[in-house]
Amino acid sequence: MSLKTLTTSTLAIAALSATAAMARDQVQVAGSSTVLPYASIVAEAFGENFDYPTPVVESGGSSAGLKRFCEGVGENTIDVANASRQIKPSEMAVCAENGVTDIIEVRVGYDGIVFASDINGNGFAFTPTDWYKALSAQVAVNGKLVDNPYTMWNEVNADFPAQPIQAFIPGTKHGTREVFEDKVILAGCEETGDFDLYKAANGDDKKAAEKACIGLRTDGKTVDIDGDYTETLARIESNKDGIGVFGLAFYENNTDKLQVATMGGVEPSTESIASGEYPVSRPLFFYIKKAHIGVIPGLKEYAEFFVADEVAGPDGPLAEYGLVSDPELEATQTIVADETVITGGS
Amino acid sequence: MTKSSLLVQDARTAKRNRAETRFKAYGMAAIAVGLLMLVILLVTIIGRGTGAFQQTFVTLPVTLTEGKLDKKGNRDLADIKKVSTFGYAPLLKDAFEAKVAEAGIETALKSKAMAGLLSKDAAAELRNYVLANVDQIGDTVEFEFLASGRVDGYLKGRVTRESIANDKNINAAQLDLVDALVADGSIAKKFNLAFITGADASDARPEAAGMGVSMIGSLFMMLVVLALALPIGVAASIYLEEFAPKNWITDIIEVNISNLAAVPSIVFGILGLAVFINYMHLPNSAPLVGGLVLTLMTLPTIIISTRASLKSVPPSIRDAALGVGASKMQSVFHHVLPLAAPGILTGTIIGLAQALGETAPLLLIGMVGFIASNAPETLADGLMAPNSAMPAQIYEWAKRADPAFYERAWGGIIILLVFLITMNAIAVLLRRRFERRW
Repeated sequence: MSLKTLTTSTLAIAALSATAAMARDQVQVAGSSTVLPYASIVAEAFGENFDYPTPVVESGGSSAGLKRFCEGVGENTIDVANASRQIKPSEMAVCAENGVTDIIEVRVGYDGIVFASDINGNGFAFTPTDWYKALSAQVAVNGKLVDNPYTMWNEVNADFPAQPIQAFIPGTKHGTREVFEDKVILAGCEETGDFDLYKAANGDDKKAAEKACIGLRTDGKTVDIDGDYTETLARIESNKDGIGVFGLAFYENNTDKLQVATMGGVEPSTESIASGEYPVSRPLFFYIKKAHIGVIPGLKEYAEFFVADEVAGPDGPLAEYGLVSDPELEATQTIVADETVITGGS
Repeated sequence: MTKSSLLVQDARTAKRNRAETRFKAYGMAAIAVGLLMLVILLVTIIGRGTGAFQQTFVTLPVTLTEGKLDKKGNRDLADIKKVSTFGYAPLLKDAFEAKVAEAGIETALKSKAMAGLLSKDAAAELRNYVLANVDQIGDTVEFEFLASGRVDGYLKGRVTRESIANDKNINAAQLDLVDALVADGSIAKKFNLAFITGADASDARPEAAGMGVSMIGSLFMMLVVLALALPIGVAASIYLEEFAPKNWITDIIEVNISNLAAVPSIVFGILGLAVFINYMHLPNSAPLVGGLVLTLMTLPTIIISTRASLKSVPPSIRDAALGVGASKMQSVFHHVLPLAAPGILTGTIIGLAQALGETAPLLLIGMVGFIASNAPETLADGLMAPNSAMPAQIYEWAKRADPAFYERAWGGIIILLVFLITMNAIAVLLRRRFERRW
């Protein structure tokens, strides 16, 4: 029995290695877990409306996606990287090193970052200052930088209830983390005036001061979540004092479990984010390898479909799911149509 | 000094007997705890997952308006294909409005809010129907569309009027309409075959997601594992057990095989990424690559169990065969291997069951993600076209935002468990029927 199976399987392997040279006919996408739901909605509709197969969309975080994107050109590399932040010059350099030179940047819209806590707990009206004071590694007390002494929210801001500080924020591999640091912690650092103290402490070096500002405390009051928002939600369900950082779309799907906090007095919604009133939002992108257009069937069509008015526009399915559509969508459509690549340095 | 008696226990015997009773009680307690955990697990899984096998459907007659679908009126398929699913939305709105008016239900809702009760999948279903039945354009056809995830949740009790207070996807007036249509018989829960046969769906339409395609992915991976791991594993074990000299080299090999069996599965995933995808240029997300990785993982299990069952064949069998003039190979293939076969098969099935439930190595080779491909049509397609696997699909659903996916993740666990139980039952059955004892 064994001999026969052995020969059959050897033949099978030989046959398979022959088919391995077969061309890939579906678009491969990977990257930000924030963009994943939007990309999967587009991929599904793309598969339905076109004769191309449904693209494969993987998640894993913006950085992980861009890393795979920059691995090189060829069928065994991905065609599109989703990102919830812009590509960094250092990543562009890695890309260029591996031969990925012509990259098309497509901005699909905006996404709000919301702060939410258990539905039955206390409600909050935050300002960036509150978050900075609650989470920073060092804060100014009486004009001097000391290790963060606050353990309760009412110590941070007298208007808040006496609730222990416990935050669940996205881990560093998520693009959301960067936005949180930039638009909340750093903004708070500047609002309180602590920025000048940091600057003085770092010998007037602005970059170093910024870096010091966003250094978060490591005593367990804030927990990095490396998984998805479902993990953050599970943490809040088991620890009712916790406050988590979510994407707007995730919150809107779980309004029965979460209550959202205002930021600077503005409640997050697609409208307040579109108008720019709600401060914590960020653009969402995807990046296309120009070298793959024309090689991988349907790649350009997928990109054009993604930014088409009926998909990414204000009445499209993406907006319905929680994406804040880009007022300059037309310019983006032109970029995709003309295959305009990003020039180095941006 | 008391005389010892068989009828009267002395103090030490009584003590020993008490110790024995206590030990039995501990053992029973341990089994009871184990059983309790199993019951809790099963009750949770079945309680949360059975909902996925039922789905809410809306019966809706739709007029396939010619002016919307085929403006030129020449029934040219290429022209009709140009109307995307977005172009079908107005038909659904009109159909729903007509339906509500006909049923005599009073509601202040606009037609867009009414059509919001339908799954986003409805437009795709309608489009597929029209493309397949071009001649029916202009007619009115009765469809059974999926209801949206929220409506389905309402009928299943997951969504309540209190829980939707802040929900912008559905409102109380829409739920009133749902109640009226349920009373009317147009909205009803039915067995959901699509959950077992269908493909994954995007975050916007949890109600349309199914396990079917990932099941096929798992099947193809298991085929690869079976085709590779069984012959390689059995050949390796026969050589090691029957032919190889006992020296330090075989000792090292033996130790390494045992070590490999204990290597965490994610390591095999990294290996698979480096060797099969980056070096051998096999495609991402292909069940072939998944199968190869799982083969590496399953091999040690198969080798160890095969060697154990070869060892359990008494030497007298071999001696007798050699004694009547059989060659070494004949004695192995004619006598030892058939006698060891039940044990080998049991080990293989258990190894396969282990591979079937494995997710970690698949993470790295692109089999976890939104993969909603159609069911493969050819063998090569099944092996090479991107696909997911059952445990990967469950993991994917458990991560998604909409709570409706959570129910499907549990439903997926039920399907996976049914497979695992069946495989293990077959293993037990084979052992019972064919195993020989000496």
